[in-house]
Order: sequence, then structure tokens, then C-alpha cells
Amino acid sequence: MTDATDTAAEVRPARTSARRSGTGRAGAALAPYLQAAPMALVFLIFFVLPLAATIVVSFWQYTQYSIEPALTAQNYGDVFYGCLANLPSLCTTFLTYLSTLKFCLIVWATTLTIGFTIAYFLAFHVRTLKVQVICFLLCTIPFWTSIVIRMISWIPLLGRNGLVNQTLISMGVIDTPLEGLLYSDFAVILALTHLYTLFMVVPIFNSLMRVDRSLIEAARDAGASGAQILRHVIVPLARPGILIGSIFVVTVVMGDFLTIGIMGGQQIASVGKVIQTQMQFLQFPLAAANAVILLAAVLAGVWALLKLVDIRKEL
Amino acid sequence: MTKISTTRRSVLRGAAALAGTAAFPAPFVHAQERVTLRYLSTAVNQSPAIAEKASEELGIDIEYIAVNTDEVPRRVITQPNSFDLVDSEYFSLPNLVPSGNMKGMDASRIDRIDQLATVISEGKVAGEAVGSDGTAPHEVLYLEGQESTSFASSPTEWITLIPTTYNADTLGIRPDLIDKEISSWASLLDPDFAGKASILNIPSIGIMDAAMALEARGDLTYGDKGNMTREEIDTTIAALIEAKRAGQFRAFWSNFQESVNLMASGEVVIQSMWSPAVTAVRTQGIPCVYQPLQEGYRAWASGFGLPRTIEGRKEDAAYEFINWFLSGWAGAHLSKQGYYPAVLDTAKEYMEPYEWAYWYEGAEAEQDIMAPDGRLLEEAGATRDGGSYEERMGAVACWNAVMDENQYMVRKWNEFIAA
Repeated sequence: MTDATDTAAEVRPARTSARRSGTGRAGAALAPYLQAAPMALVFLIFFVLPLAATIVVSFWQYTQYSIEPALTAQNYGDVFYGCLANLPSLCTTFLTYLSTLKFCLIVWATTLTIGFTIAYFLAFHVRTLKVQVICFLLCTIPFWTSIVIRMISWIPLLGRNGLVNQTLISMGVIDTPLEGLLYSDFAVILALTHLYTLFMVVPIFNSLMRVDRSLIEAARDAGASGAQILRHVIVPLARPGILIGSIFVVTVVMGDFLTIGIMGGQQIASVGKVIQTQMQFLQFPLAAANAVILLAAVLAGVWALLKLVDIRKEL
Repeated sequence: MTKISTTRRSVLRGAAALAGTAAFPAPFVHAQERVTLRYLSTAVNQSPAIAEKASEELGIDIEYIAVNTDEVPRRVITQPNSFDLVDSEYFSLPNLVPSGNMKGMDASRIDRIDQLATVISEGKVAGEAVGSDGTAPHEVLYLEGQESTSFASSPTEWITLIPTTYNADTLGIRPDLIDKEISSWASLLDPDFAGKASILNIPSIGIMDAAMALEARGDLTYGDKGNMTREEIDTTIAALIEAKRAGQFRAFWSNFQESVNLMASGEVVIQSMWSPAVTAVRTQGIPCVYQPLQEGYRAWASGFGLPRTIEGRKEDAAYEFINWFLSGWAGAHLSKQGYYPAVLDTAKEYMEPYEWAYWYEGAEAEQDIMAPDGRLLEEAGATRDGGSYEERMGAVACWNAVMDENQYMVRKWNEFIAA
């Protein structure tokens, strides 16, 4: 957001100075393109080209040890193998996406609830900027270690003989260890929430900081209760932040296979894991087809989210 | 293109033949700059001590490239220039050899080629044939020619892989957490262990463990567990899905360390395990038994191969390193971790008699048995699980494999994971 305004501010003086010094129209017209070129190049080389290669390869043929250029829809057919024939029972791909979608929804809800609460506290209850900055940095401390370490650190806590079970047993709350703590849906959701809540906190905090405090005062003066202010003033104004956070969380969870793999004991399917298994067995075209479908699914999700909020207008 | 290179090769081969048995200019190699060999394999096969010793004795530096079991063949096929020596499983060969990225090894340049363990070279232990379901090493050991992309049915001068380590896998159990006699693979699917069992999430190996269990339970008899038909795959996966839905499995593991952690933490009390993984659990002071079973073992073997692109001094150094590897020190080092080496006689020379008796003859340990790093493995009086070399390798039922129906199998495996 700030980036956009910054570049706009830079471009304007550049133009006027060019006009003043009279370097000619061509130079002036070229300048913005040159300014955009580095980013465009990076995008082209590291995003557009690999993506194009993935799409192309998804139409190739393969054997156990080779891939050959071709134009076949066989791979896409294989991805959806049995999806129509076996109805009403779901095929592997639908089941996998369903499971991933389930995690998306639950994790979105948990990260939003926790993230919004934290951001709200930081923005409205912490009064000085200095303390706000300190608290905000505290939130980022877990990000100083690797994502895998943060995830694995849950295992000794949640295991059959882990800290949680031992504590509960010694307190006399339970007799036998809770099995569902680790290698279960619960463990996956817990880890994903832990890992990605900050992605919600940051944009929502940013939105909340820009809320004009006088609006809240006005609402209060007009007789609104705390809940009404939250519902009718603050949440609508925080929408861009919520949306950006949601896009982060949904896209990251859709493509996640590491967390689901480790915390789910490799027993829970994810699209990423399917792709990984296929790549291990050198089925690159099939994996590419799966990746293209995943990309389409994620884009559809983002598109739907963007339909909810006109982000350009809000920013 | 191919034609030209073939001629060039035959000229080279002629030249090599002319050079014949004339001593290789090894001292000259030493005088030159040191050679570094990039050694691609799984982390388990990469002992820092071996690299150190080789560097000391041969002046060859070993640079380990550690990857997962599945990543080894992928690297060979997609990036054959990224290593000088690969330590690959024999079961990958049906994929590696047709890719044309491997080079047959010249048997005449391997000093102890005639001393290779017969279980690898002939599929026999003490003259008795062992099970050959799956990709048995002796079936894929020889090539028709150095650059051939198909296997030879009888011994030739061109070797695919020179064995580094091999072993027989079985179920590992936690005897302190199990109060039953375990004598069959069927126990893997025993409802008594619901929520406490595990299998590998490497589809080609995991499905064989499942097959061992199903056959033991009497569900079906396989034609070849290492090369199932579609119907056999369907039945196996259906049984696995049923077990998964009934909550049989706690988690699946895909690498050595994961299997050790699952067992050591008590999350899992019965799972298919590699012998050194059992050793690793035990060195933590946790009781763990590598349980011999009546149906026999699922064996694997891994060996050195050369990439097609290797030549010149690197190639000489690779042969020199392999010959050193077979000369005993490395074999003894690996034996003391629970692996078996390619050449038994030379390994024996580097082991104390009581160590040899414990690791190979199934005898009681006369003294405390130490791991190569000096940690205590077993106290005096212990015997090795599964007994002697002949008892263990002689009871091999099948070998790790890649099936003809591999693609179908992977699809069905993904179905199992998603169920």
C-alpha cells in the first residue's frame, strides 16, 4: 500500500523535471517503463517462465525414467481418474481437495479470530506508539526460527507421552493419554494456526491503525454500544486488512504439505503431498498437471475473495 | 552422432585393453592435485569416518551429497552431471539403466570382483537360493555392454552397481510395550496394536510390507510381491484403507530418523524397520527388538554406480575408492553399525574375533559391543537379533522393488493416503 503511494510520489517530480530540462518526449515516455523493468524482469524469469514450463510439461508424456514432449490431455484425465465413474463416492482428487478446503476454512476462521483480536488490542488498547512497536515485534519473534522447527516443537508437547498428556494424567483429569492430540486433524489445525496467525495480524493491524479515531467517537456520541461500533464501524473499515490476511492464509494453506504431513503423521492427504509423491516417482507431467489444477483452484479462491471487497477502492 | 561416439569408445576400449594389466599410474595421480569425488546417496550411507579415512589413505576427498531415498534415482535421471559416484539401491536400476545415464563398471578394474557376497552376485547364501520376489540384485547386476541400456541374464564384464551395504528388514518392536509373542508379519495389522503401528510412506516399499502382512494373514497369495498385478495392488490397497479407517496406524514414516523417533517416543510399538534404525533406538537406552519372523525378511541392497559422464582422473579415483571400500576397513566400519558389506572376508580382517562372532556368527558377545563411534551398543552376553549372517540373509523372502505397474501403484497409494 505504501509502496504504491511512494512510487506515485516519485514518478511525478521525475516527469516535471524531465519536462523542464527538455530532454525530449521519448526519454520521458521511456522512464516509467525503465523504472518498472527490473521488477518485470524478475517476474518474467522467476515466475512467468517456470509457470509456462509447468503448463507445457503438464501436456507431455512420461515413462518411469523419461519425459517426452507431446500434446496429450492424458495427465489431466489421470488426475481426475474415477471422479465421474465412481460417483457418488468421491475420487482421490476430490477427497484431497475437500480435505484441503476443510483445513483452509477452519484455519482461516481461527487465524482471523485470533489475528483480529491481537490486532485490535495492539491498535486500540496499547496507547503509545513505542509499546505498540515493541508488542508488534514480540509477535514476530517466532518467525526468527525456521517453520519446520516451530512445527516439530509441538511433537514432544502433544505426543502420547508428551508434556500435555503427562500433565493431564498427573492432575487426574484423564486416565489414559489422549491419542488425538498428535497426528490428527487437531494437530494440523493447531500448527497451521500457530504458523500463520501473524499473516492476519499484520495487515489487519495496518488497517486498524488507519481508522480515523473521530469516527469511533462520533459513533459513541450517537449512542452506539461497543459491539455496535465494532460491527458497524471498525470491521467494515478493517475489511482490506482482513481480505489481504485471508488471501495470505488461504493460499498458503492450500499449497501446504509439510505441516499437514508432519503434524498429520503423513496420514492426511494434501495436494502438495500428492505432487511430491508423483515427483518422487518421476511422474513430472502428472505432477505438473496437478500443480496447474491447484493453481487454478487457488486463483479461483482469490478471485472469489476479491469479489467480496473491491480492494482497489478500499486502498 | 551415436555412431561417432561408439567408434570413439571402441578405440578407447582397445587402448584400455592394450594398457592391459600394466600397473595403473597411481603415484602419478597422487602427485597431481587431489581429486574430489561427489558422492550421491542417502544420508544413512554417508559415514563421515569413511570419508575421513579415504582422504587419509588415498588422498581422495569425498564430498557427500545427502538426499532422500527417492531423490537418488531422480538426481541420476535428471542431473547426471551433478555427482561422480552414486550409492543407489538396486531396485532403482530398472529405471536408471534404461535412462542411459549410468555407465557399466569394468569388472576387470575391481580387485575383489570374485569375492562379492554370493547373496548379491548369485542370490544364494551358503549355496542355498534365497527368495527372489522383487528386484533381486543378481538379476540386475550385469549389463550387456558398458553403455547398454538393458540387463544381461548371465554374468558379463560390465557391472551395474558394486555393493556397498545390504541388509534384511523385518518388524521392529518395543518389547517393553508389547506383551505378546510376535512371530509373523501379520502382527503389523493386528487390531491389538491399533493406533500403535506404522509403515513406510515410500509407496514401493510400504506396499511390500503390507503384502508380507496380508500374505501372512492369509488374505491372498501373491505371484510376485515385488511385481504385483493390478488386481493384487487393488486388493492390497483396499486392505490398507480398511486398516487405516479402523485406526491401525499412528503415523507413516519416510526416512530413517522418523522411524527412530516414532519408536523411541513410544508413539509406535510395531513397524517395519531397518536394522541400523533398531540399533539407533537402542543406543538411546530404549529397548527395541528387530524381530525375526517366520515368513522371512524383506531385503535391500545398495551399491556404487558411475554416471555416464565420468572420465579421466575422476574415473580412476572412483575405481580406486571403490577398491579401497572393498578392502576391509569400510566393511568393518559398516558391519559394526549392523549393515552387511560386499566382501565379507576383508571386513573380517578389520574386526576383532569377538566382534565378528557377534555380528556374523550369531554368537554371544564375549565383551561389550561398541558402535564405531565408541558408544555402548550391547553388553557382554547379548546375541544379535535374527542370529547369524546365514540365518538372516538366508531367510530373505523378497527384495525392495520397482514394479511394472509402478504408475498404477502410485495412484492407488495416493488413494490410500487420501482415504
